[in-house]
Amino acid sequence: MEIDEIELLRSNRRFLESRCRVLRLIRAFFETQGFLEVQTPMLTAAPAPELHIRPIQAGGGRFLSTSPELHMKRMLAAGFEKIFQITHAFRADERGRLHHPEFTILEWYRLGADYKDLQQDCQKLVRFTCRAVAPKSGLHFQGIRLDFEGPWKTCSVREAFQKFAGWDPGLGPDLDRFDLDMAQKVQTNLGFPAPCILEDYPKSRASLARIKPAEPEVAERFELFWAGIELANGFSELIDPHEQRTRFQSAIASKEQLEQISCPMPEAFLASLRHLRPCAGIALGVDRFVMLLAGAETIDDVVTFTPERA
Amino acid sequence: MAAVLTAGELRKGLKLEIDGDPYLIVDFEFTKPGKGQALYRCRLKNMITGVQFDRTYRSGDKFNAADLEEQEMQFLYSDGENYHFMNMTSFEQIEMPAEAVGDSSSFLTENLVVNVLLFQGRPIGLTLPNFVELKIVTSAPGVKGDTASGATKPARLQTGHVIHVPLFVEEGETVRIDTRTGQYVERVKG
Repeated sequence: MEIDEIELLRSNRRFLESRCRVLRLIRAFFETQGFLEVQTPMLTAAPAPELHIRPIQAGGGRFLSTSPELHMKRMLAAGFEKIFQITHAFRADERGRLHHPEFTILEWYRLGADYKDLQQDCQKLVRFTCRAVAPKSGLHFQGIRLDFEGPWKTCSVREAFQKFAGWDPGLGPDLDRFDLDMAQKVQTNLGFPAPCILEDYPKSRASLARIKPAEPEVAERFELFWAGIELANGFSELIDPHEQRTRFQSAIASKEQLEQISCPMPEAFLASLRHLRPCAGIALGVDRFVMLLAGAETIDDVVTFTPERA
Repeated sequence: MAAVLTAGELRKGLKLEIDGDPYLIVDFEFTKPGKGQALYRCRLKNMITGVQFDRTYRSGDKFNAADLEEQEMQFLYSDGENYHFMNMTSFEQIEMPAEAVGDSSSFLTENLVVNVLLFQGRPIGLTLPNFVELKIVTSAPGVKGDTASGATKPARLQTGHVIHVPLFVEEGETVRIDTRTGQYVERVKG
């Protein structure tokens, strides 16, 4: 049955008000940290070729941006030290309680930093935002208390798999089983009641991240989970243009074979890597963050129009 | 030919053919671990046996929509093993095994018009009208003085099925029943 659009918008008003507050707080936080807010193109000739992320073709040989990552790293290569952006990103065929094909993404980048620095940023950002929005009774999501003051747990992907899935993805994991258990056994157990950092992913699951020098089978990548929900994904950036080209080539070949998509090589980005110094960057799902803080059931509740009504 | 569906088209309420049987997706969840592949988790219910199980599909998976059709048919008679129905426009007759009729037999009387569900032309179930009228064949008289509101007594219907009716309902009377709940609604003046 059709639900009246007016009723739907009215009933979601409090969620949309929460959204507005959270967006203002995110901007205020990065301002206090001395970041520059930037806007990069949503139409691009070459999105990052990554397996399992399908760009939407926009005509004229352009794609809708799947993430502002490549453009923002091009800015870092030109010497911008601390930049952030809140924008829309587009990924084909993603629709679920926590997925929309068009969604709001927050990305921030730091020159001379690594993934550990970003983990600190995450703690500060989450506390800053939650302290401002939480009522006296605290934050609750789906009947679960969210703790934003207590210490955060950090655990490696290997530890988490051993604990929750009963196997060690160590060297060269079975990727199909890895994805399945990650979705159904591991991440559903992370981030209760305080957020949790899951770090050191198998290198095959981190196409733009730097390999960890002391542990060459993993990449310096982490994800932030809260109440079982994946909120953010960050890493120490890979800045070696040759290795990055090799990884893109392999992704382009796999995409052609498995997804029947022909993806151009992001040459401008690769060229910029020659000037890029060590840095780190992260993406956070704004719709999910608002959903958690507002206690909404799905990201459908925290957007003005769902993809089906857009 | 049944339509071919991709994993991206899966959703709750969709009916698929799997291993030769029709299945209803009773619950559906899209998940996608960061940088990982899309996963489509379905709770599937076998529309013939009622058995449910969970299965997770991936992007490349393809499916056949279940070849299902609903036809309005009149119930003719039961021979014990099978129930016989007639299509009211083509006058074609079909038989449905008792297992497929299931609990609907409690409210099924001759000449009743029902919706028969066909899978690849084979009857696998039926939907009764929301309300049916049936005669009470046996019921003990209500105990005098027992006026507690909501008090009921068992009553056997003409189909043999026993329901609970208010104390004032008597043998030989006709009652209206909601087939979705199986409960008495009201007495029908004959």
